Amino acid sequence: MIQAIVFLPLLAALVAGLGQRAIGPFASKLVTTGALFTSCALSWPIFLSFVMGTGEAEVVTVLHWVSSGALQFNWELRVDTLTAVMLVVITTVSALVHLYSWGYMEEDPDQPRFFAYLSLFTFAMLMLVTADNLVQMFFGWEGVGLASYLLIGFWYKKPSANAAAIKAFVVNRVGDLGFMLGIFGTFLVFGTVSIPEILAAAPGMAGSTITFMGMRLDTMTILCLLLFIGAMGKSAQLGLHTWLPDAMEGPTPVSALIHAATMVTAGVFMVCRLSPMFETAPIALGVVTFVGAATCLFAATVGTTQWDIKRVIAYSTCSQLGYMFFAAGVGAYGAAMFHLFTHAFFKALLFLGAGSVIHAMHHEQDMRYYGGLRKHIPLTYWAMLAGTLAITGVGIAGVAGFAGFHSKDGILEAAFAAGGGGVIAFWVGIFAALLTSFYSWRLVFLTFYGKPRWEQSEHIQHAVHDDHGHGHDDHGHAPKADGDGTAGYHPHESPLSMLIPLGVLSLGAVFAGFIFAHPFIYPEEGKAFWAGSIAFDEHLMHLAHEVPTWVKWTPFTVMAIGLFLAWNSYIRNTTLPARFVAQFKLLHQFLYNKWYFDELYNILFVKPAFAIGRFFWKRGDEGTIDRFGPDGAAALVAGGTRLAVRLQSGYVYGYAFVMLLGLVGLASWAMVNFL
Amino acid sequence: MSGFPILSLMLAVPLVAAILCLYAGDRNARMIALVATLIDFALGVVLWANFDIGGAQWQFVERADLFGRFSYKLGIDGMALMLIMLSVFLMPLCILASWDAIKQRVGLYMAMFLIMEVVMIGVFMAQDLLLFYIFFEAGLIPMYFIIGIWGGANRKYAAFKFFLYTLLGSVLMLIAMIAMIAEAGTTDIPTLLNYDFPVEMQTWLWLAFFASLAVKMPMWPVHTWLPDAHVQAPTAGSMILAGVLLKLGAYGFIRFMMPMFPDASAQLMWLVFGLSMVAVVYTSLVALVQNDMKKLIAYSSVAHMAIVTAGLFAFNQQGIEGALIIMLSHGVVSAALFFCVGVIYDRLHTREIDRYGGLAVNMPAYALFFMLFTMASIGLPGTSGFVGEFLSLLGIYEASSVVAFVCTTGIILGAAYMLYLYRRVVFGELTKDDVKAMPDLNPREWAIMAPLAAVALWMGVYPESFLAPMRSDVTTVVARLAPAKPAGDAHLAAGKPKPAAAHGENAHGSSHAGGVQ
Repeated sequence: MIQAIVFLPLLAALVAGLGQRAIGPFASKLVTTGALFTSCALSWPIFLSFVMGTGEAEVVTVLHWVSSGALQFNWELRVDTLTAVMLVVITTVSALVHLYSWGYMEEDPDQPRFFAYLSLFTFAMLMLVTADNLVQMFFGWEGVGLASYLLIGFWYKKPSANAAAIKAFVVNRVGDLGFMLGIFGTFLVFGTVSIPEILAAAPGMAGSTITFMGMRLDTMTILCLLLFIGAMGKSAQLGLHTWLPDAMEGPTPVSALIHAATMVTAGVFMVCRLSPMFETAPIALGVVTFVGAATCLFAATVGTTQWDIKRVIAYSTCSQLGYMFFAAGVGAYGAAMFHLFTHAFFKALLFLGAGSVIHAMHHEQDMRYYGGLRKHIPLTYWAMLAGTLAITGVGIAGVAGFAGFHSKDGILEAAFAAGGGGVIAFWVGIFAALLTSFYSWRLVFLTFYGKPRWEQSEHIQHAVHDDHGHGHDDHGHAPKADGDGTAGYHPHESPLSMLIPLGVLSLGAVFAGFIFAHPFIYPEEGKAFWAGSIAFDEHLMHLAHEVPTWVKWTPFTVMAIGLFLAWNSYIRNTTLPARFVAQFKLLHQFLYNKWYFDELYNILFVKPAFAIGRFFWKRGDEGTIDRFGPDGAAALVAGGTRLAVRLQSGYVYGYAFVMLLGLVGLASWAMVNFL
Repeated sequence: MSGFPILSLMLAVPLVAAILCLYAGDRNARMIALVATLIDFALGVVLWANFDIGGAQWQFVERADLFGRFSYKLGIDGMALMLIMLSVFLMPLCILASWDAIKQRVGLYMAMFLIMEVVMIGVFMAQDLLLFYIFFEAGLIPMYFIIGIWGGANRKYAAFKFFLYTLLGSVLMLIAMIAMIAEAGTTDIPTLLNYDFPVEMQTWLWLAFFASLAVKMPMWPVHTWLPDAHVQAPTAGSMILAGVLLKLGAYGFIRFMMPMFPDASAQLMWLVFGLSMVAVVYTSLVALVQNDMKKLIAYSSVAHMAIVTAGLFAFNQQGIEGALIIMLSHGVVSAALFFCVGVIYDRLHTREIDRYGGLAVNMPAYALFFMLFTMASIGLPGTSGFVGEFLSLLGIYEASSVVAFVCTTGIILGAAYMLYLYRRVVFGELTKDDVKAMPDLNPREWAIMAPLAAVALWMGVYPESFLAPMRSDVTTVVARLAPAKPAGDAHLAAGKPKPAAAHGENAHGSSHAGGVQ
């Protein structure tokens, strides 16, 4: 069964991708979407069997892959609780995104290619989460990277999309450098790349030391840190995050599937999968906590200033991933996975909802030109509202709440309970939660409330003035007089294929936390549910549930403050933001320009790489090696210019060649007679 | 199969066909060459099928004593088998790639390619030192003519440079070989492989061989002939140059230098590592700024070959097997990439990257193949490039984490320059009229692309087919090197809990004993 779940998407991708001309676009879409819904239908029973406690972990070997000396690994599919959680997340979101794309990509001429890429991505992601050895995990890791590259650059005629695609791939490769070195080191130390064997042997290695790059280091710390660098790349953590906001150049369904729900969580998955290993390296865990908390804060601050609706959600994703990492860092792997699980639903919902808004607003993505959309696209509005309630963590402590309430509060409580660095992470997380609430509600208010500000949008103007050449004729009644800010434009609610996924994900955003909190993060039930697939710390989860009441209520309080601030700035007193920006110009510039990471990297890495490359080429190869090497030798042998002339006519090298042959003959003769 | 001289037959078929080509008309010459190379490929398949994995080290041995000590002795082991397979696989594709592109002196051209095939597989078959040398150096002659006659505008400079570089090294290697024969009293390679040369003599022999082989690899800083040769060579010439000729240097390392001079290899390991590290970073950065497609791929070849040399000198099973897989993989993938350049060069007659753009629109099949080979070159798991790179880097790490770190940065730079190339050629808006007029792949081009793609994927998904025949040969070399092998830089030391530490110690080989340094 697991083979079907994993390989159906691959098969569908091949059929749709290679056979699109034979079977046509409709069949291509049908095949891929059908395959994903089948995979999804097969995955849920597996997940539920683990929830019920009847699931059995198993490993299915598909094919031998490599054996080289002591190094052996296979293509194999592992199913345990951790995998099962990822299976449902991946297949569900992917199936819904496939369906959604029927509507969203309707006018695109390259649909079969798009669907083939989506299915290919899903296959790679499934290979990643079913990996039983580090190398197959790396296969999936790179496979999703490829699919992400292809999908970010899907509109390959746009220079910005191409640049973003390359950036995503190359920045991820920086992380992969760490991942690869981590695998090498792990093999060197443990003599295997099989994950269960490594995890079993890891405690025995605690306290040992190893030399790495000339430094004497604690073995487990350096291995975990190297692997974590890989996780940082894929999960866009501070320092290696710069590709994620740019990745929004891809079509919105891609952002929902890859850059929110699944691929970017691969790093969190990796840390959880290897959690028994990380448990032996407290320093590495401290770094994980620190990086997670820093990312969480950084991305949230940037998110408050962005105008592009997708970029706000992208920074929000980055920030939420930070939560997951610091949860893992303090040892609350169950909470990290729980947030990954709920986040997949509500963040996919937010992205798909944003896509629906963008679809309605004729590809306008700037929130400055939105406003008042609540009445025009009510279903989208309700879906976005559900997503926002989920991400901001609305809920009553001890009773029930939206999905993010259960998972985010779980993380914050665990961080507080863990003590030490966890308490710092807790406060950072609280502050980030305030910002989260602010930017999430800011998005909702700017988009759905207030008066329409559409007339300033070029996209909308095009739509109106192009005289409805884009299939919006059915809404195209006589443009009304200006003055209401609509420019006579009529946004239209999305088709059913887009609304159904929004509906399903809304259910997830509302109920996923409440329903699944027990198995994921409650001490006893969690222990039974995870069944050793992660290093579930029962004791820590006990402590987390017994934190003081004020700790439980603080997240709710800051959420309310954020909501109030957003309401105050964007509904009650709409001139406030502009005044604030004028007052704190430097701060705003700093945040709006994303802490100037891109500019910094450009100066530090990109430009020097090209400059040094040019220097090596012109000054090194041509200016030194050739000059004193072959060219110099030629000049020396025959005295400069005379030779150059002959060289042109091609005689000299002919002579030299005959000379060589003569030499070979002579030497052979000498050898034969002489020896 | 015993007793049947299949190796000689494989040499004879292209040789006879080459002579026929010289006297046949243009159209017939193409056909003769294609048929002959296909027959050789079929013979290669028979050879592989009958190769006894895990059997005797040297199989299909043939011997005929000629004059003096010189004998015509052929035989192959698993490494030679795989490289022969690579050669006979690429040859028919090269002939097909030249089908329409070569219009002048077709008979001579085909004859040159067939002779090239003879000498290339001859190198891998030779079991006599002198015979090896003759094949090894004779490989230059047809390549020299292919560049010099059918090359681009600046072909004479390129041919000259190619020649001058290789000349110097060759003479030194020949002198070293004479010294070896004088010392050991035999030209028989299997015997020499187990002869222990005096340690101080090894160093000199090693350096002499190194001078020749480093040029052939090519290693930094003697690599500058390669970009020029590639740029000027016709498409098929580049394919075979990158595909097989670049592998001769590495073959020399693993066949001669390492097993024959193990102590010198261990002593001079730092030199190889140092040059390899420089090469990976240096040539990758140079590749990043190229405007000429062929130059870019040529520089990337230097970077890939640097990982081969570093992998070989890791002195362990993973490093050497990985290096061998890179050789095979690079043989297929770089040949494919040069063919990708050739396809559009045939249509627009320029290699300048900026002249293209937007090919994904009018050449989707081409874009797909090019993407696959780009990914294989970058080393995406699932393609051939990954397996080799992964294994060799893992092996290098066991020897030295610093070298592994520097070499692994190649995966970042490799992704940067290849994707940057791909973006400029295939993506973007299709604006130029002459580019718009370019048709997608024709059936002949499909027939070249498809087998290359199939092998690149096969090697990535199930490399065991390729690793298995070479395994015992690599083990033999590793065992030969073991006494001289220095300890890695990891120095894993157990902490408080004892038992697992012993496990880790076992894992990376018991060969730490007896380092020479």
